[in-house]
Amino acid sequence: MDGAALLLSLQLALLTVVILVPVGIVAGRWLATRDFMARPLVEAIFALPLVLPPTVLGYYLLVAMGAASPVGRWYEAATGHPLVFTFDGLLLASVIFNLPFAIQPLQRAFEAIPEDLRHAASCCGLTSWQSLWRIELPLAWTGLLSAAVLTFAHTLGEFGVVLMVGGSIPGETKTVAIAIYDRVQGFDMAGAGLMSALLLALSIVAITVTYWTSARQRRKHASAD
Amino acid sequence: MPPPTDGLHVELRQERPIPLAVTLDCKTGEVLALVGPSGSGKSTILRTIAGIYTPQQGLIDAGGETWLDTAAGVRRPAHERSVGFVFQHYALFPHLSALDNVMQAMGHVPPDERRERALRLIERTNLAGLEARRPARLSGGQQQRVAVARALARDPKVLLLDEPFSAVDQVTRDKLYEELAALRRDLRIPIILVTHALDEASMLADRMCILHRGSTLQADTPLAVATRPVSPLVARLVGLKNIFEAEVAGHDAHRKVTHIRWFDAALEARHAPQFRTGARVAWSIPAAHIILHRRDRPSRGERENPVAGEIVRCLPMGEMTAVALRVVHGEKTDIFFSVPTHVAERNGLAVGETARVSLLAEGIHLMPATHP
Repeated sequence: MDGAALLLSLQLALLTVVILVPVGIVAGRWLATRDFMARPLVEAIFALPLVLPPTVLGYYLLVAMGAASPVGRWYEAATGHPLVFTFDGLLLASVIFNLPFAIQPLQRAFEAIPEDLRHAASCCGLTSWQSLWRIELPLAWTGLLSAAVLTFAHTLGEFGVVLMVGGSIPGETKTVAIAIYDRVQGFDMAGAGLMSALLLALSIVAITVTYWTSARQRRKHASAD
Repeated sequence: MPPPTDGLHVELRQERPIPLAVTLDCKTGEVLALVGPSGSGKSTILRTIAGIYTPQQGLIDAGGETWLDTAAGVRRPAHERSVGFVFQHYALFPHLSALDNVMQAMGHVPPDERRERALRLIERTNLAGLEARRPARLSGGQQQRVAVARALARDPKVLLLDEPFSAVDQVTRDKLYEELAALRRDLRIPIILVTHALDEASMLADRMCILHRGSTLQADTPLAVATRPVSPLVARLVGLKNIFEAEVAGHDAHRKVTHIRWFDAALEARHAPQFRTGARVAWSIPAAHIILHRRDRPSRGERENPVAGEIVRCLPMGEMTAVALRVVHGEKTDIFFSVPTHVAERNGLAVGETARVSLLAEGIHLMPATHP
């Protein structure tokens, strides 16, 4: 068991969730409630990480964050160290490749709220912010939970993008998924098996919790009807 | 015309996507019903007043405040307009209790007074004991009452009701009519009621505004609209079935009647001197002004505009029987009226039989013909 890699993965997943959930709330609500011409394009861009091969996405992120890129140069000038092959670079990449996992469940949850409820909130004198906190988020909380769980689980398991952008620097960018690959390469099947089982268990628990809460919510509504 | 200082004044103009050409006023304490078929723009007007829809051009003044003036660039957002809005399906917040639903609209009330005031509203809308229930555990009528209480909790300058009775059964509806009629006596604000039910508008509204494709066709008292529609279209929209065309034969100012020629029949109508002799006009008559001549003895007013024809439809519907009398063959001259079923039976009314009716002159209303 590579404890450092596991800790790094958990740290990365947690920070990604913390950053992406607010982004998902804002973007998901925006996409759910606004109608504009470029919406399909914006949705397609947010969904790209779902269909792009991780190595392709990793390649573009590597180029975009590298020392030759404006982002890379700016970051290096501001912090004194490069963005790629660091934890910060890995976190930025993780945030980008998890965008659809955070935005889509929240978008669907906000779309499921009848438009009249938002209008009723406005007519009650609630500002858009008050409507979000008091009315919409309590009704969209299963979407919020799904977004958090899917982002967390997907970050733990991501391999291609992590390898391209972060490499495999122990304690800095070596996540548990990379560690499993390294163990297999080194014929340590027992170590790889243990870590794989741990990831499997974590994923099953996370997904089960999501489905359980959704089903509970559905049952609650059904019994109320 | 300058907008009134109190009450509600609305002017809306828009070509698309929803055509609007509406001017309406509603005084403090008055109930104005917006009536029209689906797609006539009545809900859009309500949403525009509330601020959840913005037309291309518009002016809305409510209680001395300007909520919308597109020419001056004024557009007050919905949450800054004091409106009480009862949505068609109530739009109650499903995760909150009845009391919390009402309290959401009390942002303008000091926090320590909100609960007490919300409880008073709950009691006023006959919901005492149900304040802790969520909407899903309330009946349709109770949900409507919560929606009304929430709308009033805002201390609105205007109360907007969007088909508030359409989602409840008839028994509940009758009860809610009475409750709303009682409630409005205490409300000193303009109330706009959207409905497509004429009887509802007649029962609850002081005035009604007939809308068609986003335009105001007529705004008047329910009785005036029902008996004196300004055009055949309004007559059709208010449910009049007897709409025909005729020619003005002359006026008798002394007897206050206008003579019209309808095919071979010479009829007397309510005095309408605005139409010149020889003009083509449309005319309508409510079914209540059509009197069936009894076969066994003389009937009231049988010498007044007597008309004979063949019965082409005779349909018993409970206590009443709907009858269609074709006056001239091959023409659109079917006169529709209803009689009590026992009267229809006693007079032997049946398809193919001949019957005579009187068209009471006071009920014959002349309008400009559809095509000049």
